[in-house]
Amino acid sequence: MSSETKQILTTDGIPLEVSLKKAEKKNKIKAFLLVAPLLLFLIITYVFPIGEMFSRSIDDKMITNMLPNTFKKMEKWDGQELPSEEVFAAFYYDFKVLVEKQEHGKLGQRLNKEKNGFNSITKKLFRQVKREKIDESINIKEQIMKVHKRWRNVEYWQAIKRTAPPYTMSKYLKGIDMYYAADGSITQVDEDRRIHRILWLRTLEIAFFVTLFCFLMGYPIAHLLATLPMKYSNLLMICVLLPFWTSLLVRTASWMILLQQQGVVNDFFVMIGLVADDSRPEMMYNKVGTYVAMTQILLPFMVLPLYSVMKTISPSLMRAGKSLGGTPFVAFWKVYFPLTIPGIGAGCLLVFILAIGYYITPALVGGASGTLISNQIAFHMKQTLDWSFASAMGLMLLSGVLVIYWIYNKLVGVDNIKLG
Amino acid sequence: MALPSYTETRYRIWHYVYIAICTFVFFFLIAPLFVIFPLSFNAEEFLVFSEGMKNLDPDAFSLRWYKDMIYGTKNPWGLAAKNSFIIAIFATIGSIILGTLAALGLSSRHMPYKGIIMATLISPMIVPLIISGVAIFFFMAKVGLAATHTGIVLAHIILGTPFVVITVTATLSGFDHSVTRAAASLGSNPVNTFMKITLPLILPGVISGGLFAFVTSFDEVVVVLFLAGLENTTIPIQMWTGLREQLSPTILAVATCLIILSTLILISAELLRRRSERLRGINR
Repeated sequence: MSSETKQILTTDGIPLEVSLKKAEKKNKIKAFLLVAPLLLFLIITYVFPIGEMFSRSIDDKMITNMLPNTFKKMEKWDGQELPSEEVFAAFYYDFKVLVEKQEHGKLGQRLNKEKNGFNSITKKLFRQVKREKIDESINIKEQIMKVHKRWRNVEYWQAIKRTAPPYTMSKYLKGIDMYYAADGSITQVDEDRRIHRILWLRTLEIAFFVTLFCFLMGYPIAHLLATLPMKYSNLLMICVLLPFWTSLLVRTASWMILLQQQGVVNDFFVMIGLVADDSRPEMMYNKVGTYVAMTQILLPFMVLPLYSVMKTISPSLMRAGKSLGGTPFVAFWKVYFPLTIPGIGAGCLLVFILAIGYYITPALVGGASGTLISNQIAFHMKQTLDWSFASAMGLMLLSGVLVIYWIYNKLVGVDNIKLG
Repeated sequence: MALPSYTETRYRIWHYVYIAICTFVFFFLIAPLFVIFPLSFNAEEFLVFSEGMKNLDPDAFSLRWYKDMIYGTKNPWGLAAKNSFIIAIFATIGSIILGTLAALGLSSRHMPYKGIIMATLISPMIVPLIISGVAIFFFMAKVGLAATHTGIVLAHIILGTPFVVITVTATLSGFDHSVTRAAASLGSNPVNTFMKITLPLILPGVISGGLFAFVTSFDEVVVVLFLAGLENTTIPIQMWTGLREQLSPTILAVATCLIILSTLILISAELLRRRSERLRGINR
């Protein structure tokens, strides 16, 4: 039988199986060619640069390239006592090259970050080299040690050795308030300087509570929208969709007006006698402002997935639950609520992912206690120009988001995202 | 939502509480937008309702800030608006072309590695904007496109395509492929089939994806803050600077215009959505 099927030929005389496979392959290529322009564009302009962020965040090649001979000779050094004449000589010749290229200043600055005091002693050494005070025919170690007493200190040579590897995790450690101590072990920074850990926790806390508030507010109105007759729900849907389509900055601006001390919300509180006119609470430039504004801004992202799930639930299920003797609450809890769980998952994860990377609103209404990890990344990109640290922090945030995205994909599937 | 006459009192009470909660949430969602309208007509320089405004005194209202928006020299709103529209229009066209092609390929049942490719194409929507901003900035700086319109347009195409891919794929999910086969069997070539048969049918999806891409580009501030120079200032950048430095009522005039624009976009998006649902045969 199977040998007979193989005999079937198409009109061209090619076996059918081969012909079908060829057609299938042609279709595959056709489909792929349609996707290819966008895929290539995104890989070049987007995926690849994110990879570059990674290489930038661990890159520490500068000194490795500056002192190639020194590090080669240092491989044999045990790091306990002062290195041998060989190492000193290699360092001297590397340094001489740097002086010729006028890059000794960069070396001093970079080494100074590793251990304080390097800047001045490399400058001293530079002056000696420049004036050709160092005699290359006799012991170089003795002469360098005479330049400054710190060159006689083994700790400085240990610091140079630590900069040898071309890659470092130090930026990632800095992101969680840790660093490499002098002996190479990983240590926590002093308690009063642990700023990043506070930021990570605050970002998680704000994202969590914003998601919770969005859920608590979004669930009832999504339910109302899904159960009301079409002509009313369409009208109310505008209340959800108009903020969704309105510029983020416009919505943030309106909250800034509402929440200011002489603003409408405070006026209202004074009017109903909740607070005295002279003790109006500060509602902006702190966490309250961030919570209120972010909840309103992200609420549509909760309502829309919930609504699209609730719309598919037949009202007769609730009626059946009630007719079988359940009270409305029992019918809701045992029948309706479990059916909406996919929508809850989708909405919560969407809001959480968006909230965890929020930048604009916290920067405007958050003040000092409302800044999040994204603000810190922007700060290092623009103010301190420590791009490798910004990259490291960005990738740490990204890995967190990807984990959530993966969960989202498992629960609802990315193809099921619906917009409006 | 009339309650049946046999409803017990406690459920009756709960029902009214529920309605009250919903009213509050809808109010919370929509009311902040309406604060901006009256204040943008404020005759004074403060961002609070003056006594005159509370008493509806006509002298307390003026078009002063709208005039400042158009003729004022302090903030280059005109240049910003021009840039914003140019960038958004080109970014939308780019997103539509790339996104629609990709969606057509992705909806083919022959497409290999569908899951991972879809995830890659959607990723700019999921990755936090600040990270996208850093990555795109590194790329544009390397190829010398930072602080150019081209660079910003390319960046906004990256951010806008996921929306087009999603909406067009959704439209294509209800697409009857036998019509294209019918066209082919009647002797039409693939390009002709696409232009005459496929495109008109998926057009609502394409346009609504395009609207998303337009709004994304028009509102985008995080990436553009990294990329833009003084020449490339956009409305969001001007608003961002204005909100950070001093909240002037001119910003509220701009904001009012933006709300009107987004209302128009919302209306067109809604009409398109209903049309495409009707075409897909979904009747609710």
